Amino acid sequence: MALSTEDIKKIAHLARIEVSDSDANATLSKLTGILGLIEQMQAVNTDGIVPMSHSQDVVQRLRDDVVTKTNQREAFQKISPAVGNGSDARAVDGGLYLVPKVIE
Amino acid sequence: MEWEVVIGLETHTQLRTNTKIFSGASTTYGAEPNTQACEVSIALPGVLPVLNKEAVNCAIKFGLAVNAEIAPRSVFARKNYFYPDLPKGYQISQYELPVVGKGAVTIQVPAVGKNAAYEKVINITRAHLEEDAGKSVHGAVEGMSGIDLNRAGTPLLEIVTEPDMRSAAEAVAYAKKLHELVQWIGICDGNMQEGSFRCDVNVSVRPKGTEKLGTRREIKNLNSFKFMQQAIEYETRWQIETLEDGGTIQQATVLFNPDTGETRAMRSKEEANDYRYFPDPDLLPLEITEADKTRVQAQMPELPEAMKLRFETQFGLTSYDAASLTASRELAQYFVETVDAGAEAKPAANWVMGAISAKLNAEEKSLAESPVSSVSLASLLKRIADNTISNNAAKQVFEAMWNGEGEVDAIIDAKGLKQVSDTGAIEAIIDEVLAANAAMVEEFKAGKEKAFNALVGQAMKASKGKANPAQVNEVLKKKLGA
Repeated sequence: MALSTEDIKKIAHLARIEVSDSDANATLSKLTGILGLIEQMQAVNTDGIVPMSHSQDVVQRLRDDVVTKTNQREAFQKISPAVGNGSDARAVDGGLYLVPKVIE
Repeated sequence: MEWEVVIGLETHTQLRTNTKIFSGASTTYGAEPNTQACEVSIALPGVLPVLNKEAVNCAIKFGLAVNAEIAPRSVFARKNYFYPDLPKGYQISQYELPVVGKGAVTIQVPAVGKNAAYEKVINITRAHLEEDAGKSVHGAVEGMSGIDLNRAGTPLLEIVTEPDMRSAAEAVAYAKKLHELVQWIGICDGNMQEGSFRCDVNVSVRPKGTEKLGTRREIKNLNSFKFMQQAIEYETRWQIETLEDGGTIQQATVLFNPDTGETRAMRSKEEANDYRYFPDPDLLPLEITEADKTRVQAQMPELPEAMKLRFETQFGLTSYDAASLTASRELAQYFVETVDAGAEAKPAANWVMGAISAKLNAEEKSLAESPVSSVSLASLLKRIADNTISNNAAKQVFEAMWNGEGEVDAIIDAKGLKQVSDTGAIEAIIDEVLAANAAMVEEFKAGKEKAFNALVGQAMKASKGKANPAQVNEVLKKKLGA
């Protein structure tokens, strides 16, 4: 599968990573190398083999449905990143974490 | 051209657990912002998810209730997107291997106009476990949005249907059925105002008789059945008009505006749906054994379908009555208690579906808030059965009971509603009536059947409504030689 720098830009955007044009070319060749490796692996016959979803062959342990967490809002909000539009650097308001306005 | 609408639903049901799906933080609704947002909920670096056993039990219960395949092994996946109410940058969900596979529910679609009521099977494609996101609060601080992560990590079961519904009425009937079912089996509190039960509805149209599905638009986040009905009807009309005007339908996510009754497409970027799912390496595969299923099966209540059949055979109720009584677990329970307290099944069914339901609807009360308990209702019905009061008097007694005027016998005495069943007393009343209404008697003898009813009416009136109507009929017939 051949990737283009357009693909690189798109993948970077989806991950919210800024990639310059020169970096995009370097990333393109690295990713193409990785895809080549995958292609090589895909040539192996895997008929009848259940796809592996985890590297360890064990199953999920379950937790009892009991409240174990206490309210630590104050501690968490003390280290909450200061965000804002420059004039307002408050990170929290009325217990809410503040972020730049998002409205669809 | 005649068009056919095709509808499928995706329903997010919040599971009734004490704690979140991947952490021990409380899920109680309405707490102060972020006081139930632990380090896992706010996604501090290094935290790990640990799956809640009860959330898995809820999924198994649902699978059993809709006769579905329950996956012996299912896998959690990351659904990647960026939004401030999703602090990890991904939602933990299930993708290729969901916990619940194909199943089905049977819905009752009510009669509309000249179209009779009917039953239909709606196929469930899958149901998967996932975590809810937080909430954004706009407008508190200028230029900023506030984020409350109390809801982040609340367990959800997303239930997906096949595109099996063909009208807004069928979609609403399915949603109502599912809403009752998840409450019946105790996995969801069903509170739609609080967002515990939210539906996304996929709507497309195609020329009637064709197979190929049209392009669908998804109406997001409907949290009332009324809005669902309105939104689907509007969306269907809009799609048909667009196509008939020569336009095409673009796949889109739309929102319903209850104020205008219209649907409107959300602004969407092309890559918005590129979620790049992959198995979450923080979680191992979930294994559900036969023993797990047997254990959960033992905790399951009798399901509505089974209870309906039992009501038909055990109590001789009609299929319609049995279906109405098992529309909710609360209602069925109330009916059973009324019968257990000594009432006959058929009158009990009629009163529960009639007087009780009418009062509850009129006063927008739930059955739990009914001022007349099942035991009180049973004592009222027993007084009808033993001829102490007439059906008409029973309505007055019921009204008084509803208004908290006391228990059955006290009200009957206080209002003097006791029925006269003493033959001697009734004969005396009828003799008076016959003497006073000689003209009517003549009319009857001349062949006018109506006069008989008039005489019954007079006798009832003379007894102030207390005479036993059956006895009045009988005695009158005898006296008139009819």
